[in-house]
Amino acid sequence: MTKKDALFQYCLRLGDDAVVLGHRLAELCSRGPFLEEDLALTNIALDLTGQAQLFFLYAAELDNKGQSADDLVYRRPERQFYNHLLCEQPNTDFGYTIVRQFLFSAYHCFLLEDLCTSQDEHLADISKKALKESRYHLSHATDWMVRLGQGTKESKQRAQQALDALWMYTGELFEMDDIDLQLLEANVAADLHTIRNMWQQEIAQTLKRAGLQQPEDNFMQTGSRKGVHTEHLGHLLAEMQSLVRAYPEAAW
Amino acid sequence: MDTQLDLWEVFVQSKSGQPFKHAGSVHASDKQMALQNARDVYTRRGETSGLWVVRAVDIVAADLEDSEMLFDPSNEKIYRHPTFYEVPEGAKNI
Repeated sequence: MTKKDALFQYCLRLGDDAVVLGHRLAELCSRGPFLEEDLALTNIALDLTGQAQLFFLYAAELDNKGQSADDLVYRRPERQFYNHLLCEQPNTDFGYTIVRQFLFSAYHCFLLEDLCTSQDEHLADISKKALKESRYHLSHATDWMVRLGQGTKESKQRAQQALDALWMYTGELFEMDDIDLQLLEANVAADLHTIRNMWQQEIAQTLKRAGLQQPEDNFMQTGSRKGVHTEHLGHLLAEMQSLVRAYPEAAW
Repeated sequence: MDTQLDLWEVFVQSKSGQPFKHAGSVHASDKQMALQNARDVYTRRGETSGLWVVRAVDIVAADLEDSEMLFDPSNEKIYRHPTFYEVPEGAKNI
């Protein structure tokens, strides 16, 4: 694979994480637990969608098939989406929404931090911009983890339940395949092994503060690097892509 | 009755050195949440350099019944207005 093709694929992954999680959070618009949190969650959704746009614009530039950023988001089939399974998990309840955000944002911050020094300048520039936003997402989610964990019996139980259910999607965050290795050698991509260590410390620290039990690393789900997803992504894309599929010439 | 979280008043500074202005209020259960909610509700459109939140119950307000005593006397003292001074030529920012 040429370096350009590998970088195209790498940008798709970064963009897919952001656009899919952004869409999940956008589903909560007008359904947040109270007005202020509704705005906070949709703000995060907007940040992520903005980040996705930058990654897809860059991917479109690298693509040799002439697809636009919009084509990449709205006309790609499910099996060609490479977001982590964690990002497509449904909102379920506020506990799931926050735990999912916390697990992802911690990963995202360390990843973007590393990519700020990427040899690929464009990728580094996008990461610098995105990092500021993602740091806020992590801080917001971390505070809520502690509040839920130290809150009422029910809030603690729901946070723990979400943590136990979502934990099996965290192993995948640190999988590295040929594309990662090829780009890592060129100092373009991040070394996910290092990031994993930092992530584990960050997670353990917050869970301790929240009084929540860290689940054991037993069975871990995998598949997104190959475009294999949980049942949830298809439904999400069906909604997200419906307008473009129904009106292929629509412009906005 | 307000059944939501505690009420906090939000003050936003648009540029460093400028006075903080009251922007509105938010609900929150603690300081950290109050700041984050204030940030998300009142600073999204840019131009912010500072942000204060204060519990609404901690604000000491003048009693409406006292306004005659407190505010009316100054209405007749126009000589206290700064318009009677001549601004020297070349002086800026007065």
